[in-house]
Amino acid sequence: MPRKTMIEAIRDAMDVSMGKDDNVVVFGEDVGYFGGVFRCTQGLQQKYGVTRCFDAPISELGIVGAAIGMAAYGLRPCVEVQFADYVYPAYDQIVSEAARIRYRSNGEFTCPMVIRMPTGGGIFGGQTHSQSPEALFTHVSGLKVVVPSNPHDAKGLLIASIEDPDPVIFLEPKRLYNGPFDGHHDRPVTPWSKHPLGEVPDGHYSTPLGKAVIRRQGADVTILAYGTMVYVAEAAAEETGIDAEIIDLRTLLPLDLDAIVASVKKTGRCVVVHEATLTSGFGAELAALVQQHCFYELEAPIARVTGWDTPYPHAQEWDYFPGPARVGQALRETMEA
Amino acid sequence: MPQKNMLSLHVPEPEVRPGGTPDFSNVPIPKAGSVPRPEVNVDPRAIRDLAYSIIRVLNREGEAVGPWAGTLTDEELLEGLRHMMTLRAFDARMQMAQRQGKTSFYMQHMGEEAVSCAFRKALLPGDMNFPTYRQAGLLIAGGYPMVEMMNQIYSNERDPLKGRQLPVMYASKEHGFFSISGNLTTQYIQAVGWAMASAIRNDTKIAVGWVGDGATAESDFHAALVFASTYKAPVVLNIVNNQWAISTFQGIARGGSGTFAARGLGFGIPALRVDGNDYLAVHAVAKWATERARRNLGPTLIEHVTYRVGAHSTSDDPSAYRPKEESAAWPLGDPVLRLKNHLIVRGLWSEERHKQAEAEILDTVIAAQKEAESHGTLHAGGKPSARDMFEGVYAEMPPHLRRQRQQAGV
Repeated sequence: MPRKTMIEAIRDAMDVSMGKDDNVVVFGEDVGYFGGVFRCTQGLQQKYGVTRCFDAPISELGIVGAAIGMAAYGLRPCVEVQFADYVYPAYDQIVSEAARIRYRSNGEFTCPMVIRMPTGGGIFGGQTHSQSPEALFTHVSGLKVVVPSNPHDAKGLLIASIEDPDPVIFLEPKRLYNGPFDGHHDRPVTPWSKHPLGEVPDGHYSTPLGKAVIRRQGADVTILAYGTMVYVAEAAAEETGIDAEIIDLRTLLPLDLDAIVASVKKTGRCVVVHEATLTSGFGAELAALVQQHCFYELEAPIARVTGWDTPYPHAQEWDYFPGPARVGQALRETMEA
Repeated sequence: MPQKNMLSLHVPEPEVRPGGTPDFSNVPIPKAGSVPRPEVNVDPRAIRDLAYSIIRVLNREGEAVGPWAGTLTDEELLEGLRHMMTLRAFDARMQMAQRQGKTSFYMQHMGEEAVSCAFRKALLPGDMNFPTYRQAGLLIAGGYPMVEMMNQIYSNERDPLKGRQLPVMYASKEHGFFSISGNLTTQYIQAVGWAMASAIRNDTKIAVGWVGDGATAESDFHAALVFASTYKAPVVLNIVNNQWAISTFQGIARGGSGTFAARGLGFGIPALRVDGNDYLAVHAVAKWATERARRNLGPTLIEHVTYRVGAHSTSDDPSAYRPKEESAAWPLGDPVLRLKNHLIVRGLWSEERHKQAEAEILDTVIAAQKEAESHGTLHAGGKPSARDMFEGVYAEMPPHLRRQRQQAGV
């Protein structure tokens, strides 16, 4: 089976979707001729023409607002916000409009669209190229929020998102674009070509939204993770020797609660990890749900390992990023509690 | 010691406040028929003056004059008058219904009836409006059933929006009326996107965006003009300048720019100003702009110059911030009266027929109201089921919403 990077898998997903459905259009800043600052749309304009894949003015609200109008018309726009850190000008359009059009019009109008945006840190991106704003979207009724962690899922989830009848926020951990990353920044990076999840089937397939997957079976503690933190969790489990069950959530909204509850009921312990800041982060929702649904099985307090409640710093990258040492520490504490 | 130049902040103020004498002498009103009518394929640079003038057809004597006259037949004009009168009667009844506690909220169109009613007649089936909350004339003139509008206002058991939306936030795909949002100007860029989609699919339909004078200050207005200009989207972008944004006079949003229409010029978008109280002028300009869009010549920006005669909403009291008599002093008059006089001058109408029509229309509106009220009002009678509250958030109800619906016991 062909091996692809996450970038190639994402591009492949758009290629397949555009080939299958004329209503799929792709646009954003530098997305057209140049093929995107991360090369995710390379070649699409050449293949499908300038009216299917094109450059947009630097206006996130314009990109998302126009896409909403297109979706109302009947197209399936898959638009790009260059960095998740720059989605805020479009926040009104996403929250007040995209998320609510179906509800407020009782289905007269709908908004089948995808907003792709590179997310997450670990790349010395500083304050405005490292943020993980997923909790700002999981709080919004009417949105779906997806975070893939590998090329295989990235393609399948993106195709599923484009085909979904509702607006999807598709967060792409840019640290994973070229290879998995476990937080060991001092070791050489391995490319996706050496990872089994770099195997990406050709053609059309889709990975269902709302379904988590177990990345590592374990008996002692459940780690809830998504995006880059899946690999950090794997490293932490390996390094501590703790038999952790790692769940890659893949879709944050709607959430695969059944998979989470089944695992925590089995292990009796739970550690939630994400790059985003702690307070009111998505981990709070996960912890609350686990506490509510697994109260009698829990043998230790639910731990959260996250970014600190600060803006994402530059020089202090590895003091900020919740790496395997911090996750490992939380695992040990949870086992000892 | 060099003398320091003390800076001071300029905060625009309307000329007159409550207690003062209304004065519009500083609002230049060109003569009817004095503005030329360019070809629709004109170079936008050649008609920059149109962004600073006002296209008018009806003169003081009620005659239709000049190059913008003649876009409507006698029957269409009579129909137009009926639409405006219907909207006005509808407004009055719904305003009263709100006062009677039958609904929580209403917003009138008083004085602005010509804008949406006349514009609607320049559209074709399949075109899509992205209206604000003050263009219900698009529905009335488009033949949308009044009972449905009232059902929405009452949030009753027949409410097409299942009681989820605040009154007047209608939605009807079939009638080319996009779902209204409470968030101002969001729909402006969406209209451009819809138009881009139509162009991408090589369709023939066009989109129409609507915004008020105050809401042009939102960023979405700027985004819409950039996108419309960049992609030459088949869209007509309307600004309804009714002089007031709740309590804020239009100078706060407009600042030092000459006119709202002039804002289009910087984007290379042809911009026209029209007498928004002149049914014939609004229609003529709408026809010009929609033809431009249909011929793939790109977007047009239209500023409709009018006056918000009524309160902003049923929650507003304008006497707190503007003179009570200001609307009477408005130099462009009353759109219903002006069309009525025109039809009388033409021998197509009379005071008697007008009175008779008023009574007929009132009967129709009351009959619709009775029917709507038989399906319930906000606090009495039938209402949408609480189950409906959980439907339609997504195409398919996800597990967490199913759990919450169960928890709610519905």
